[in-house]
Amino acid sequence: MRTGNFSITDYLRTRGWRHISVGLFFVMMGLVVFGLFFATKKVEYVWRWYRVPRYFVYKDKIEIKAEIEGEVASIVSKGEEVEVTVRGADEEEVYPLPAESLRVDEGDFIYFGDVLGSYQKWKVGILVEGLWVTLKVSVIAVLLGIVIGLFTGLARISKNPALRWTAITYIELVRGSPLLVQIFIWYFVLGTMFNTLLAKQGLGQLSPLWYGVAALAVFAGAYVAEIVRAGIQSIHRGQMEAARSLGMTYPQSMRYIILPQAFRRILPPLAGQFISLIKDSSLLGIIAVRELTKATREVVTTSLQPFELWFICALLYLVLTFALSMFVQYLERRTAIGG
Amino acid sequence: MVRAENVCKTFYTTHKVEALVDVSCQIDKGDVVVIIGPSGSGKSTLLRCLNMLEKADKGHIYIDGVDILDPKTNINKVREEMGMVFQSFNLFRHKTAMGNLTLAQMVVRKRSKKEAEERAMALLEKVGIPDKVDSYPDSLSGGQQQRVAIARALAMDPKVMLFDEPTSALDPEMIGEVLDVMKTLAREGMTMVVVTHEMGFAREVADRVIFMDEGKIVEEGSPEHFFKAPTHERTKLFLSQIL
Repeated sequence: MRTGNFSITDYLRTRGWRHISVGLFFVMMGLVVFGLFFATKKVEYVWRWYRVPRYFVYKDKIEIKAEIEGEVASIVSKGEEVEVTVRGADEEEVYPLPAESLRVDEGDFIYFGDVLGSYQKWKVGILVEGLWVTLKVSVIAVLLGIVIGLFTGLARISKNPALRWTAITYIELVRGSPLLVQIFIWYFVLGTMFNTLLAKQGLGQLSPLWYGVAALAVFAGAYVAEIVRAGIQSIHRGQMEAARSLGMTYPQSMRYIILPQAFRRILPPLAGQFISLIKDSSLLGIIAVRELTKATREVVTTSLQPFELWFICALLYLVLTFALSMFVQYLERRTAIGG
Repeated sequence: MVRAENVCKTFYTTHKVEALVDVSCQIDKGDVVVIIGPSGSGKSTLLRCLNMLEKADKGHIYIDGVDILDPKTNINKVREEMGMVFQSFNLFRHKTAMGNLTLAQMVVRKRSKKEAEERAMALLEKVGIPDKVDSYPDSLSGGQQQRVAIARALAMDPKVMLFDEPTSALDPEMIGEVLDVMKTLAREGMTMVVVTHEMGFAREVADRVIFMDEGKIVEEGSPEHFFKAPTHERTKLFLSQIL
């Protein structure tokens, strides 16, 4: 019995290596951060983090100006608001504005362009707007990508050559060409053609955002199709045979037996694909969709603080991808057999 | 009930395999027919051809007078009336025993959930594992899984039951419990076609034994005839090897 005696070998054999490994991890992370910090000290760069928040939210000064010349005839209070009536020689104009912003009195003579009231209002900054566009584009493209991928994946394993060959052609074309080129084609070629057709019908134009969404969804769909196919084929043949032997049709067997089992197997690769899609949406800036990356680029050119802003940009993408990753892990746990 | 006429089936894998050569047989209502033979003799293929899991190349297969090889036949309708039990159980792994038993009843037979569950419960009691109703297949033993699989097929109220080596994947101590369920079924007058290596079962329960070799039916007859006085040399050789 050696209980009570401290022995370094006992410690190492039990918990020691784990403690050392964890310590090593934090040391390495610290070194990376310090190295980066040290490197930035070597270049002539002034960090101005205080300039960053204004690109998330900022106070906008709003001035309400008179558009005619004349006398302030009346100021009528209506709760939080007041209505200022300006009466000119042969015209009259009513301006509603918040009570506390009022800058004029009854009887004042107002010239064209004079400020009747001014106040400040919080507004969301360009980075938040960009983040929102990225989120919107990604969510729509993911949903469309799942639908496209599911049906293409099913077509890919169909016995019908028309379906199978169409699926293969689509998958190979889309997977084999650069996403950047596909976005150009969607916007400058297909977009031009489609918008011209719409114009000829007297209908409105589709914005670049929608061509961008289409490009991303079609791109992701090709990869999802292969993931779906692999998932379905990984389910043992006997499952389909058992379902069919009970009189279920092929679509019923797919829906009730094969796809639910395949779903939980394809979740991890699917998550990877959609994380890619979120990041790929950064390419949409080239067709004038002001998503997060394009917004950051614009802010960098005005603020001249590239270090802070690109770090922030990366962090915001990380927030989106990490949230998606967590969501998929939650789904995995929820769909675990017996759970 | 089941009639096969000159059924041929050839597989083309790395080389040509003639799995069934001109096979004809008939199974009447209430019959328990056991098909035996060495591995690769085509007995499983014949069974799988009977409910079109394999499509026969030539010949005719009549189930209740319906030619299932006729392209106009709705095979799903025919399969509703034929239960099948597999060597590897093939239970739906994402469903509990109850889910396995009720799904096809509701989807195919359009029974209500309540009706399906009552039927499922009665069958689980019949196969002796009512306590496993909420268990997933992975937590059941092989014998329990196979009994759930038999119950799942019975839940559809089939007219014929096909058994494809139902005990071959089981540990020896579990074979008995599955065979007992099958014997009960046979006594109740179920029409059964059983591919098996269990000679004891064949001797005890079968009305008729079919011996197959190299894709052909070599010999066919009552168990007494078959085990006591086989006529063909090939049958004698096979029986001497396994008994």
